[in-house]
Amino acid sequence: MADSTTSTEIGLTTVDGKPLKEALAYAQTRARRRALLLVLPLLLFILVTFILPIGQMLQRSVYNDGFTMHHNLGTGEDTPIMVNLAAWFDDNELGVEPDEAAYAALVTDLIELKRLRAPGSAGTRINYGLSGSRSLFTQGARKAAKLEAPFKEALIGVNEKWENPKLWQVMRSASSSYTGAFYLAAIDRTQNADGDVERVEENRRVYVKLFGRTLAVSLLITFLTFLLAYPIAHLLATLPLRYSNLLMIFVLLPFWTSLLVRTTSWMILLQSQGVLNDAMVGTGILDDANRIQMMYNKTGTIIAMTHILLPFMVLPLYSVMRPINPSYVRAARSLGATSWTAFRRIYFPQTVPGIGAGALLVFILAVGYYITPALVGGADGTLISNLIAFHMTKSLNWSMAAALASLLLGGILILYWLYDRLVGIDNLKLG
Amino acid sequence: MKKTLILTTALTGFAFAASAAEVTVMSWGGAYTKSQVEAYQKPFTAETGITVNSVDSDNPATPIKAQVEAGNVTVDVADVEFSDAIRLCDEGLLETIDQSMLPAAPDGTSAADDFIDGALQDCAVANIVWSTVFAYNSANNDGTPTTIGDFFDLEKFPGKRGLRKSAKATLEMALMADGVPAAEVYGLLDSAEGVDRAFAKLDTIKADIVWWEAGAQPPQLLADGEVVMSTAYNGRIFNAAVAENQPLVVVWDGQILDFDLFVVPKGAPNKEEAMKFIAFSTDTQRLADQASWISYGPARKSSGAMVGLYSDGKTEMGPHMPTAEANLGNALVNNFEFWVDHDAELNERFNAWLAN
Repeated sequence: MADSTTSTEIGLTTVDGKPLKEALAYAQTRARRRALLLVLPLLLFILVTFILPIGQMLQRSVYNDGFTMHHNLGTGEDTPIMVNLAAWFDDNELGVEPDEAAYAALVTDLIELKRLRAPGSAGTRINYGLSGSRSLFTQGARKAAKLEAPFKEALIGVNEKWENPKLWQVMRSASSSYTGAFYLAAIDRTQNADGDVERVEENRRVYVKLFGRTLAVSLLITFLTFLLAYPIAHLLATLPLRYSNLLMIFVLLPFWTSLLVRTTSWMILLQSQGVLNDAMVGTGILDDANRIQMMYNKTGTIIAMTHILLPFMVLPLYSVMRPINPSYVRAARSLGATSWTAFRRIYFPQTVPGIGAGALLVFILAVGYYITPALVGGADGTLISNLIAFHMTKSLNWSMAAALASLLLGGILILYWLYDRLVGIDNLKLG
Repeated sequence: MKKTLILTTALTGFAFAASAAEVTVMSWGGAYTKSQVEAYQKPFTAETGITVNSVDSDNPATPIKAQVEAGNVTVDVADVEFSDAIRLCDEGLLETIDQSMLPAAPDGTSAADDFIDGALQDCAVANIVWSTVFAYNSANNDGTPTTIGDFFDLEKFPGKRGLRKSAKATLEMALMADGVPAAEVYGLLDSAEGVDRAFAKLDTIKADIVWWEAGAQPPQLLADGEVVMSTAYNGRIFNAAVAENQPLVVVWDGQILDFDLFVVPKGAPNKEEAMKFIAFSTDTQRLADQASWISYGPARKSSGAMVGLYSDGKTEMGPHMPTAEANLGNALVNNFEFWVDHDAELNERFNAWLAN
């Protein structure tokens, strides 16, 4: 008894006399460090290609220096612009009528814009807030040097749009590089001349509607892929291996085919002069004048996307169904359960982790889907991603694209959180 | 022996250096790119030894901002529309082009006088005058549409219509179809009532529109019978009709004329070659040559007289040009200033209209 007490006090040691605890901790740290080194390339890769761009996008959605800084892309030189006007805005609160000093500051800044050849980019920034103001800046900058005091009358003489209180509100908002205006615009809202938030006119509301449509279409597609994939996956999982492998190839073949090829194939099949319509007209089911429009609308988007996303539902379901022991269901049946009860109480609950994984995969992919709706969506089948692409590539309003994308990202994160609360993310099984 | 060796080595080195020089040109694809390859790019390579890489886009103006801002410019010359050229130039995304490098006309007229008004800009040089027209497939239409009004008349000509998915040209055509004279279109579009009126006109055919984005789509849609009429770039219809013998017919009433211009993105990797390419391609002979491959009008006055036959050797090009006297009866010249200013607003409204 006394002996054992002494040995605990001294502690166990390794052969070279180090305390065992220390030696173990040391070895573990080394192993952990080695493991970290192994994942380091991946961590760096994710940081550079994923985290940083997303951070940049988030920043762009609240930051636009088009009215505060001129970047000379040739020399790489940055020059602050509109400094006098910004100073006037600092001294005078929102609601103060622009006075002679304000117009004098504006004219000085316009002359500077002209010197920097920057009226176009500054005007573009204001144009985001108030359409039609871009040429106001190019025209104003062209004539500013010749204007004489009093500048207020002189500038309004050049173009009476300079008097517009809304213009001054937009200029005030743009004179700070950080702004929430793009988020407001992304939910169909704007600030009026007094700075109050209000909805945009009826005929220009589009984003909220498209967010809603994207959500609805994605949920529908997730549900449809589930309906179609469940029996397929069950069949795959229960057939003998040599048959199920062949069937698996049929699932995987489209998965390996280019997205564009699959989308255009659907166009050929479904368009009003397409294979399906021709067949129906040929067999007399349809009249030639009443061909069904299944392409270039929401129907086309839903059909094509359901098909394209189907493997993402089949594969997780299959991987969950394969290891389910058939004797459970047999046991339930032998104990008197009907086939429906056996399915509902025994089989289905075991497949839930696969459904969760598949649904989450399909839903998240569908929410951001872009090429297919762009090609087959026509007018009412376009999704929010198409408008993000529009602002990225056509209108070149990247801040707007970033704000829309951030809202989409935020929405998905909230749904993910809800899913975690309701189903539990540990309940997810990918394979 | 030694001398020969040195000589061949030097020659190989020279040939290598020559073949290393290259320039990347981005255009609109299809028959239009082909016309540029034949008329500009092949002779350019033959004369200078500079290789031309030809790449295509639905609209070459769109990748420029991304490339310049990311500092990864891969395009040296892009072929863009008028309002885009002005907008990109204003935003500092384009190199300025020294107009004095452009060759004079054969009779000695300076380039500045030889190009049509507006064809020379700080950052852009026009090569062609093209137009947005509407066309129909005579095999699928009972009657003969003759006016822009017929395009919007579903009772007289039932069937789907193809339209470019963009506010530009679409709104103007809607107003002209509603009876607005060409000269008043932009004045009216500048007001809320005018825009409402254009959208109201579009509403009348909205359910029957198939939207297209790439210039190669309308001839395809028409040939497939997917639409009975479609707006299109006039040259694409010409090529489908003449080169591919499709029964497609252009209606010139209500056509909208526009320039296509060459621009050089800021930071283009082969700027020097790009400028050489532009100077070479926009001389009198090349512009006239291009018109023998596709029915777009040359941007130089001196090229006009040299436009002859299509490359099949029998089709007279003159009557197929958007600028031909007979085709200008009811024509609108695209107002680039209007679109530079209102592009964002009207496309926003257009998107909202599409989504509802």
